[in-house]
Amino acid sequence: MLDILASFGRKGLEAFERLGRGHLLFLQILAGITSLLPRPGLLVAQMHSIGVRTITIIVVSGLFVGMVLSLQGYYVLSQFAAEDSLGVMVAASLVRELGPVVTALLFAGRAGSALTAEIGLMKATEQLSGLEMMAVDPVRRILTPRFFAGFISMPLLAALFSAVGVIGGYFVGVGLLGVDEGAFWSQMQAKIDWDGDVINGVIKSLVFGVICTWIALFQGYDTLPTSTGVSRSTTRTVVHSALAVLVLDFVLTALMFGD
Amino acid sequence: MNTRQLEVTVGAFMAAGLVTLFFLAMQVSNLANITTSEGYEVSARFDNIGGLKVRSPVSMAGVRIGRVVNIGYDQKSYEAVVTMLIEPEYNQIPEDTIAKIYTSGLLGEQYIGLDPGGSLENFQQGSEVMITQSALVLEEIVGQFLFRKAEENAASQE
Repeated sequence: MLDILASFGRKGLEAFERLGRGHLLFLQILAGITSLLPRPGLLVAQMHSIGVRTITIIVVSGLFVGMVLSLQGYYVLSQFAAEDSLGVMVAASLVRELGPVVTALLFAGRAGSALTAEIGLMKATEQLSGLEMMAVDPVRRILTPRFFAGFISMPLLAALFSAVGVIGGYFVGVGLLGVDEGAFWSQMQAKIDWDGDVINGVIKSLVFGVICTWIALFQGYDTLPTSTGVSRSTTRTVVHSALAVLVLDFVLTALMFGD
Repeated sequence: MNTRQLEVTVGAFMAAGLVTLFFLAMQVSNLANITTSEGYEVSARFDNIGGLKVRSPVSMAGVRIGRVVNIGYDQKSYEAVVTMLIEPEYNQIPEDTIAKIYTSGLLGEQYIGLDPGGSLENFQQGSEVMITQSALVLEEIVGQFLFRKAEENAASQE
């Protein structure tokens, strides 16, 4: 009986310890910006592997999400004879919700898991300890550029997703379903606010960028240095990122649009 | 991949991201439509403005010529004071023009429609519309209709 209680307590303590280590690492990563600024080349290389290589999946999924939204939205709106509002519906749902959230989920799957696997393997093969032996701080040298690359890439990717989605919705709505082109764009422009909708979407994607890259980096850095450990950390990155993004999305939406 | 190529692709990525943000600003959102606050202000008093909001359109013959910039409430006369900003090129609006609050479509948003009068004097900065017609509130109309029906029924039973 006491053993069960003890194992329960140990789990709780471990979880809190991990949380604390995660926050300390986060602060260390942020402090590393001082050594990143004189060497922007590191950031560029990471922007390439995190941002540029994620574009394909973002653009393709954005296009199809926009097209499906348009099809489904048309079905509902045509029942109220409000097909003209299709543009508003597609743009609002993309810019406010789907753009930031789906981008973050795809980002966690595509870039986050790769980050964790990369850093986990560095740790398992003792490359991180090797760096320390050479008096190079692995947090500053390895983690900080990756973190800021993710932080910068996410809003750009989310904007790409939304824009491509709107264009996809336009093709299906106007091209396929015969919604009036003028009404599609003018209603959209009349109802979508720059600071109310677009900027809030950008803020969301910035927050998701921080969360997703942070989780990925921490899981990689904190992994058990074995092949099982790395694989488990990679899985955990995707699961934790997805959960964090969805929960935070609710909180952010309640704060931004909840009045 | 060498450093040069790397830098070019990353640069292209960031440029594409910023261009899409610009696209969202100009094509999707209403940032482009926010006109500079040029023009002249005309105010009007209404008994009831219904669902009129700041930035609602002001139109004449269906053409948008300005927008609502302020909605206030006069505590003495119990009326709503609506300030409209008319764009400077529309400076030939007679002084006895009537302002009415219309609804676009059955459930659409509300806007102010101006019906031109016959005066030779035109609106200036700070003029006030003398004749106004309030918004039609659906509940009131339905209420009046039901009331009249009830009266008819009562009359026929006597």
